[in-house]
Amino acid sequence: MSNIVETVTPAPTTGAAFMRAIKSFALLRESVPGMIGAGLVLFWVIVAILAPLIAPFDPLAILQPMAKPGTDFAQGGTFWLGTDHLGRDILSRIIYGSQTVLFYAPLATLCAYTFGILMGLAAGYHLGWWDIILSRVSDIILSFPVLVLYIIIIATIGSSGINIIIAITFASAPGIMRIVRGLVLDLRNRDYVAAAQTRGESAMYIMLVEILPNARGPLIVDACLRLGYVIITIGVLGFLGLGLPPPDPDWGGMINETRKMAMFFPHMTVFPVIAISSLILGFNLLADGLREVSLRD
Amino acid sequence: MPDQTNTYDGPVLEIEDLCLSYYTRAGEIPAVVDFSATLAAGESIGLVGESGCGKSTVAMAIMRYMGGNGAIVSGTVKFKGRDMATLSDEELRQIRGSEIAMIYQEPMAALNPSLTIGTQLMEVPMTHDGVGTDEARSRAVQMLNDVHLPDPERVMDAYPHQISGGQQQRVVIAMALLSSPSLLLLDEPTTALDVTVEAGIVELIAELSRKFNTSLLYISHNLGLMLEVCDRICVMYSGEVVEEGHIDSIFSWPKHPYTHGLFGCIPLPHADKNARPLKAIRGQLPLPHERPRGCYFGPRCDYFKAGTCDQEAVKMTAVGSGEDTAHRVRCELWDSIDHSEVIAMGEVKPPAEIGETVLEVDAMQKYYEVRDSSMAAMFSGDSVRQVKANEEISFNAGRGETVAIVGESGCGKSTFAKVLMGLEQATDGEVRMNGTNIGDLAVQDRTPAQLGSLQMVFQNPNDTLNPSLTIGAQIGRVIKKFGVETDPVKIQERVLHLLDVVKLPRDFAIRKPRQLSGGQKQRIGIARAFAGNPAMVIADEPISALDVSVAAAVTELLMDIQRDNQTTLLFISHDLSAVRYLADRVVVMYLGKLMERGTTDEVFSPPYHPYTEALLSAVPIADPQVEKRRIVLEGNLPSALNPPKGCPFATRCPRHMGEICDTTPPEVQFNADRHGIACHIPMEELRKVEPVIKVTGDSPKPEAPSPVAAE
Repeated sequence: MSNIVETVTPAPTTGAAFMRAIKSFALLRESVPGMIGAGLVLFWVIVAILAPLIAPFDPLAILQPMAKPGTDFAQGGTFWLGTDHLGRDILSRIIYGSQTVLFYAPLATLCAYTFGILMGLAAGYHLGWWDIILSRVSDIILSFPVLVLYIIIIATIGSSGINIIIAITFASAPGIMRIVRGLVLDLRNRDYVAAAQTRGESAMYIMLVEILPNARGPLIVDACLRLGYVIITIGVLGFLGLGLPPPDPDWGGMINETRKMAMFFPHMTVFPVIAISSLILGFNLLADGLREVSLRD
Repeated sequence: MPDQTNTYDGPVLEIEDLCLSYYTRAGEIPAVVDFSATLAAGESIGLVGESGCGKSTVAMAIMRYMGGNGAIVSGTVKFKGRDMATLSDEELRQIRGSEIAMIYQEPMAALNPSLTIGTQLMEVPMTHDGVGTDEARSRAVQMLNDVHLPDPERVMDAYPHQISGGQQQRVVIAMALLSSPSLLLLDEPTTALDVTVEAGIVELIAELSRKFNTSLLYISHNLGLMLEVCDRICVMYSGEVVEEGHIDSIFSWPKHPYTHGLFGCIPLPHADKNARPLKAIRGQLPLPHERPRGCYFGPRCDYFKAGTCDQEAVKMTAVGSGEDTAHRVRCELWDSIDHSEVIAMGEVKPPAEIGETVLEVDAMQKYYEVRDSSMAAMFSGDSVRQVKANEEISFNAGRGETVAIVGESGCGKSTFAKVLMGLEQATDGEVRMNGTNIGDLAVQDRTPAQLGSLQMVFQNPNDTLNPSLTIGAQIGRVIKKFGVETDPVKIQERVLHLLDVVKLPRDFAIRKPRQLSGGQKQRIGIARAFAGNPAMVIADEPISALDVSVAAAVTELLMDIQRDNQTTLLFISHDLSAVRYLADRVVVMYLGKLMERGTTDEVFSPPYHPYTEALLSAVPIADPQVEKRRIVLEGNLPSALNPPKGCPFATRCPRHMGEICDTTPPEVQFNADRHGIACHIPMEELRKVEPVIKVTGDSPKPEAPSPVAAE
C-alpha cells in the first residue's frame, strides 16, 4: 500500500468520452470502405445543412420545363442537372430532398430502435411470458410482407412525415427486438449481471446499465445498415405515392413523378437515383468499416 | 512424403535461435526472442511461464501458423529434418493435424459450435487416413472412451455447447490423438479439467506418447504438472527462455530468480497460510514494447544490480560444467545469488481468530427438474426427471473462518453458491445466516442488510466487471447501494480507500476494465465484494483463471482483507493445493453429495474418504521431495440425471466394498467431533490407510553441484 502515494483526482468523464469518440474515429480511418462511407454520409449531411446556401433555385419554383442538364436559365443561373417535367430545378430539389431524408430516416430508425431495444431487453432478460408474448407478436408482424404492411398502415393512417415514422417503427422494431434479445440472452449470464442481481438492483437498472451498454457494438453496426434500409423504404414509399405529400422534394417521389419520361429525359430520374444510392452506399460502407474496426483487437 | 518421414531417425523437432514478432498498429512487437530447443522422438519438453510470455506463440510458429500479423524474424524450425519455412501450403496442410497435432487452450474455440462432435471427430481419420464413415465413427467412439467421456455415443451426437467445458477439452484431446501424430503440441491442455480427470489424461497422453513414440511439447503454467510429464523444461519470461534444463535439475537447483519466484507462488500441500505464506513476485510482466534494457526480469528482481542487469541483452549460460550443458540460465548474477536463502517464504502471520457461527447449512437440498420431451419418456411416464444438484448438505462456518468447498465440476458447488446468493432457492433444508433462514429467499426478497452481508467474488476476471462502466463507478455503486456512504464525496473517498486496500493505483478509479490485466480485474472484484462490509464472502474459484504469480498475490490479498475484516470466507475451488493452503475447514463434495468434512488437517490426513484420497493423489505437486501414492480413478463421472443409487462414488471407488456401496447411501460416520466421512467402510479400516502425500525429506535440499567442484 505504501508504494502508492500519489492521489489522482478522477477527471470529469465527459472529456474522456469525447476523446474516446475521436479515438474510435481515428480507428475507422484505417478502414478504406469505412472512410468512403463516412465521406459520403458526411457529404450529404453537409449538403442538407447548407441547403439554403448552396441550392441555386427555390426547389418548388416552376421555372422552365424539361430543360436538359447544363441549360442556362433566362433569368440568370444554370440548371446543372436540368429541370423536371414541371420545370423545377432538379439539383435544388435533390439538395432540399436530402433534408427530408436525413431528417426522417434517422428519426424513424431511432424510434424503431427505442421500441426494439426495450422489447428485446424485456424478452431476453425476463424470458418466460414476456419472451413468449413479445416474440410471438413480433413473429406475426414479421410474417407480413413489409411492403404490404407499409401500404396497409399508410393507407389507414394517411401519409405524413409522422406516419412514415410510425410505419417504419412498427415494421422494423420486431427485427431489432430479435437482435437485442439474442445479445441479451448471452449477456444476462455474465458474472457482472449476477453481481448486480446479488446486490439487489432492479431489473430496469440491470437491463439499461449492465446489459444494454455492452450490446452496443453490434447494435451500432446494425443501426448503420438499417439506416440505409430506412432510406430505401422512404424512397419506396415516395415512389409508391405514400411518402411525403407533394410538392415537398422527396427523392423517391421525384423518381416516381418522372419515371414515365425516363426514356426521353433520363436526367430527371437518374440524378435522384444516384442521390439515393450514394447515401445508402455511404451508410452500408460505414457499417462495414465499423464492423471491420470492431473485429480488430 | 510418408516414406521419407518414416525412415527419419534424427530429432523430431529442432528449433534454432527463433525470433518471432507480431506486427500491429503500434509497430513490431517481438513476442519471442532467441528460442532454441531440440526434441528427440518420444521425448517431452515443457514450456512453462505466465500468460504473455510467448509460449503459445512458439507452438504456433512450429505449426507455421502465425496468423496475418505474425512472422518469423530469424531462426529456423525443422520438423523431422525439414525446414518448415520451405514447405508449401499443401505440404503444411499434410503435416498439420496428422503429423503435428495441437491441443488448444480454449476448448470452446477449438470446436465448431455448429457441427456435432461426432462429425468433427470423424473428419480427422476420414481426411488423414482416408477411412470410411463407419470405421471413422468407431475410431471416434473408441477415442472418446479413452479420454473418459461418459456416454460416448451420446457425446458423438451432441453439439459442443451441450457438454461441459471439461468434456469439451476431452473431445479436443481425442481429436488430436485420433491421427496418432509424431509431435503433439499441448497448450495448457488440462487447465480446464478436473484434477482426477487431469491425472487420467496426463497418464493417457504419456501412455500414447510411449506407444507411438510421440514427442510432446507441453505448454503449461502448472509447474507441478511439468514435474509429472516432462523430461526437460524451459522456463519462459517475457518472450525469453530464462532457464532450461532437465526437470530434476530445475526443480532441485533453480538458478534464475524468476524460477525461484514461481516456486514461491505455488501453495504446496504440506504448507499452510500461516506458517508458510506465499510470496508473490512483485510488479507485473512488462508489455512487449516496454521491456527494460538488459534483463527483462530486472525491475521485479530482488537481486537486481544496476550496471550489470540493465546493460546489454543477457545470454544463456551453462550452469553445469563440462559436457553437462543442459541446465542453462539467463542471468548475469546466478553465480553470486545465495540460492538457499531464496527459498525462504513470506512472513509468518498469526492464525485468524474464529468467532461465533455465522452460517449454518442444515440438510440443504437443491433439485432441478429436467423435462424430457422425447416420445419414449412420454410413454414411460417419466417425462420430468430430477437432477439432484445438492443433497443433504450440512456444515457450519464461523466468523473469520475460511471454509473451502472442494469438488470437481458438476459436484454442485456452484449451485450451492447460487442458493446462498439467492439466485436459486433451496428445495429443502435450511441455510441460516446469522440465525435467519435464507435458503428459500430469492434475491429480490432479501433485505438490503441481508444482501450486503453476503457478497461474492466471481471466477472469470473478464466477466466479473461491466466493461462499459469505470472501476470507480462500479465500486461506488455497491457502496451506495448498501448504504455504507451516501454522500458522493465520501463514496469517492471510500472507493479510493478500497483501491488502496487491494493495492492498486488510485487512478484506476477512472479506468475501464479492458485497460486492466486479469489479476487487476480480480482485485477489483474483491474490492467490490468487500465494499459493503459483508459478514461473509463467497469466492467461486477466484484464482483459477489467473497466472501463478498473480494468483499468489490475489490469494494473499484475499486472506489479508478477510483477516482484517473478520469476514467469513467460503472458498469454492477444485484446487486442493490452494484449499490446503488457505482453508480452516474443508467440505468435500461429489455429485451433489457431501463426502467428507472436517478441519483442513483432518481432511488432508487419514482417515480419508476414498474420494478425498483420490483427489489428493491427483494433485500435481511442484516439489520433487514429495512422494505421492498414485490413484487413478477408473470409469466416468456418472450423469447427474442418473446418479448411482447407493454411494455416488461407488462406480469409481477404488475401495469399493461390494453390494452395499451400490444399493445403500452411506451414513456420515464421525472420526472426530466435526470430522465426518460418508462411507460404508468402517472407520477403523479408514484409519489404517496410509497418507497419500509424504514429504521424503525435511532435510535441506541436496547441495547443488557447483560449477567449480564438479567432476
